[in-house]
Amino acid sequence: MVSLSPQTSAAAIGHRPIDWLGQFRGLPLLPLAILVPFVLVAAFADYIAPYDPTEPVAGMKIFTPPAWMQGGDIRVLLGTDFQGRDIVSRLIFGARVSLIVGVTGTVVAGGIGTLLGVLAGYLGGWVDQVVMRVTDAWLALPALVFAIFLATMLGPSMWNIVIILGAVYWTRYARVIRGEVLSLREREFVKLAEIAGASSARVIRRHIVPNVLNTAMVLASLTIGVVIIAEASLSFLGVGVPPPQPAWGSMLAEGRSTLMVGMWWLTILPGFCIMLVVLATQLLGDWLRIRLDPQLRNL
Amino acid sequence: MSPPLLEVEGLTKHFPVTIALFPRRQIGWVKAVDGIDFAVDPGETLGVIGESGCGKTTTSKLILLQEAPTRGAIRFDGEDIADLAGPALMRYRREVQVVFQDPYSSLSPRMRVGEIIAEPLQIHTDLSRTAQHERVAEVLELVGLRPEVAALFPHEFSGGQRQRVAIARALVTNTRLIVLDEPVSALDVSIRAQIMNQLEELQARLGVSYIFIGHDLATVAHISHRIAVMYLGQIVEMSEALELCDRPLHPYTQALFTAALPAHPDDKRERLAISGEVPSALSPPSGCRFHPRCPKAMARCAVEPPERKEVAPGHSVACHLY
Amino acid sequence: MPPLLQVTNLETHYVSFGGARVVKAVDDVSFTVNEGETLGIVGESGCGKTTTCLSIVSLLPPASRIVGGRIEFAGKDLARLSQGEMRLIRGAQIAMILQDPMASLNPLFSIYTQVAEPAYYHQSIRGRSLRQRVRQLLDAVRIPSPAQRMREYPHQMSGGMRQRIVGAIALAGGPRLIVADEPTTNLDVTIQAQYLDLLKELQQETGVAVIFVTHNLGIVARMCDKLAVMYAGKIVEAGAVRDLFNAPQHPYTKGLLGSMPKLGSKEPLFAIPGHPPDLASLPSGCPFHPRCGEAMPRCSIEEPAEIRVAGDWRARCWRAEPQYGQSAKAIDVAAAVGS
Repeated sequence: MVSLSPQTSAAAIGHRPIDWLGQFRGLPLLPLAILVPFVLVAAFADYIAPYDPTEPVAGMKIFTPPAWMQGGDIRVLLGTDFQGRDIVSRLIFGARVSLIVGVTGTVVAGGIGTLLGVLAGYLGGWVDQVVMRVTDAWLALPALVFAIFLATMLGPSMWNIVIILGAVYWTRYARVIRGEVLSLREREFVKLAEIAGASSARVIRRHIVPNVLNTAMVLASLTIGVVIIAEASLSFLGVGVPPPQPAWGSMLAEGRSTLMVGMWWLTILPGFCIMLVVLATQLLGDWLRIRLDPQLRNL
Repeated sequence: MSPPLLEVEGLTKHFPVTIALFPRRQIGWVKAVDGIDFAVDPGETLGVIGESGCGKTTTSKLILLQEAPTRGAIRFDGEDIADLAGPALMRYRREVQVVFQDPYSSLSPRMRVGEIIAEPLQIHTDLSRTAQHERVAEVLELVGLRPEVAALFPHEFSGGQRQRVAIARALVTNTRLIVLDEPVSALDVSIRAQIMNQLEELQARLGVSYIFIGHDLATVAHISHRIAVMYLGQIVEMSEALELCDRPLHPYTQALFTAALPAHPDDKRERLAISGEVPSALSPPSGCRFHPRCPKAMARCAVEPPERKEVAPGHSVACHLY
Repeated sequence: MPPLLQVTNLETHYVSFGGARVVKAVDDVSFTVNEGETLGIVGESGCGKTTTCLSIVSLLPPASRIVGGRIEFAGKDLARLSQGEMRLIRGAQIAMILQDPMASLNPLFSIYTQVAEPAYYHQSIRGRSLRQRVRQLLDAVRIPSPAQRMREYPHQMSGGMRQRIVGAIALAGGPRLIVADEPTTNLDVTIQAQYLDLLKELQQETGVAVIFVTHNLGIVARMCDKLAVMYAGKIVEAGAVRDLFNAPQHPYTKGLLGSMPKLGSKEPLFAIPGHPPDLASLPSGCPFHPRCGEAMPRCSIEEPAEIRVAGDWRARCWRAEPQYGQSAKAIDVAAAVGS
């Protein structure tokens, strides 16, 4: 039995006090500074929004410009749209739609894709073949066109959109996760579990999935942006979230015709919001990727 | 005389080499393991020495049922393991475990050490969580670690400690045979001795058998009771460890011994130099596989493969010189 | 005759977290290599032996710097030279052989191109003379059918052969010193023996000095004239190989020797307890004291000075002081063995 002096044992075990402040030091401030307010705003939309987004504001003209411009009114800070509804409130509720669809759509896509990727990668054989061929076929369809097709088939509603986007975007997960599982499968700790007699289900559950979660999370943060834009595109084309529920994409569509006559706030503002949120998620995803990759982290 | 724990007879593994086009054509066989026989008794250590391409890794894969043999049999407790299925197979898996070379990739990075060690228990037994904890603490103490470390993750340990964890895991289900594939090669010198001593102590205490695969002669000879020397898929000599060090008979064994590094600057050894390198297992030389490199080769050696014969009690060699 | 390489009080530090964390990878290291000599630097992972080599050839990774000491070679202080000046020395006068031959060879270039490069660059040989030189070098490292091999690529060769090619490249510039960092770790036993034989022959033929960095004392026993044992960035014992093997002064050296399994012996191995320290948090006093079986109270308080045992033989250990009687024994033993 190896006897170690108390101080070496402690050092030997590698017990270092957890550096709580240090954990916060590396956080990506810019993306969080953008996303956290948006999330809070979307969550508390009912309490924050000054007016009902679906009803015209009493006593306001339609197409009122933002408060700092001529003809603007401080009570409608960012102006009103073609029906006289308050832009600020519509943006706030629109955030809710974008974020919910973005996140849940990604979760659905990620869930399906990761599951299929793990099964294909670990089980190999005909399971792999089938999944890969389906993935190939799916990828051959242009994502947005396919989404539009499904949307017209299923009918417009926010949850239908979530399902549709999930169904369209799972393939990128499946591919990437499968690749990772293929290499994980050869790692010694997986072989050890197999030699110990673990069933495939057990190996997948305890050894494969926890180790692909990193990649899945990075992919997820990068996919949120894509899904938000997809939702905005669907709404823009009129097959997304049905009116009068506000969505940034449909706001863009509504403002399109009047952009040329100078009513820029109807399109620029929702467009700006889309851009900010997607940019923030991309930056977050990038940070996450570096943070979670032990090799890149120390650079 | 108790029957051997593990018996291997005529074990052969040929890997087909194909060209991956339509149609798949086979252009040859890699004769990784070609007809080997050996036995391991309870409580003893069989050392396996050989250089790259000798087949020792494939042999361990065959024993661990990671590959199926092309021919031949592996018998554990008298039963052919190729026929095992269901509960009998699970029993084999419970009683035969492995420790790999690289301590950094053999432990699941996202599981706590206690869970890693407990996994075979969860697979094979239905012990309660408490009973599992107790058993894990027991084996941790056996390998010289404090039971409290069960809550830590692998990356918090040094290489030597990780190997101890791997050994603990290999012992947790009252294992009877552990295949150790270069278990100390990746460790620092001062840690190697710790692990080697630990392994010997565990064997004395628990009566577990080892198959110790290595490339460093001195290390393998130290821990093994008997040693099998492999070359290009065959066992060319097998003997009790000290006897082999005293009287290596096969020219390849002699070359290995004289090539081994000295323990002291004044330790001069008459070098039996062999030329060239290990030929490919795709087309091994005819007759005795070692003959092209053998300084004592005779005409017969190129034609007739030698049989492994016992030339002294417990000492067998496959060479026409004897 | 002046020594070929004289390293004096070398200090190389790794700096991270903007200066908040300093790791003394090489701490006050001094040694000498004479023409044609072979010095072995022995230690385990993290002891600083590789960093010492990289300091000599000025190939330190970013975030590390030589902060003190001198590296005198051929009349110049290598620690003070610019990269441009070092480039003239590297390959020409000092060559390096690393552990993994596959990492040292460029998979895209032919063997000829890679072996010829140092001769081309440093000795300005061209054309037919260059081809002859490459053939000569490949012959020197015992590569069969050199004319054919010249046109091949690294992936077509075995590990042992690749390591020889690396040796040929090292010799191509006609160096006076070769620094070899664990060159045989990945090689099979018989291939390793062939390679070490070759190295010894080349040394006799060309008179090149070699610094052999390894964790394997067997290699040192075979190849080296002198030995320096490193621990936690310091040299804890240095001297002639026979002296250290016969009568090691420092408990770490004793431990390393005792933990080597000896062929044909079943004697229990001596295991040094504990494990190599984290350079960022070294123990107080002597860095080895927590693992030392002969530690005294003084060892945990005061870092040992370098104590001269006899001649060039020195040990960083309080036990090596004359009052403990060990050094006297050592000198007797050394005399008796006739070193």
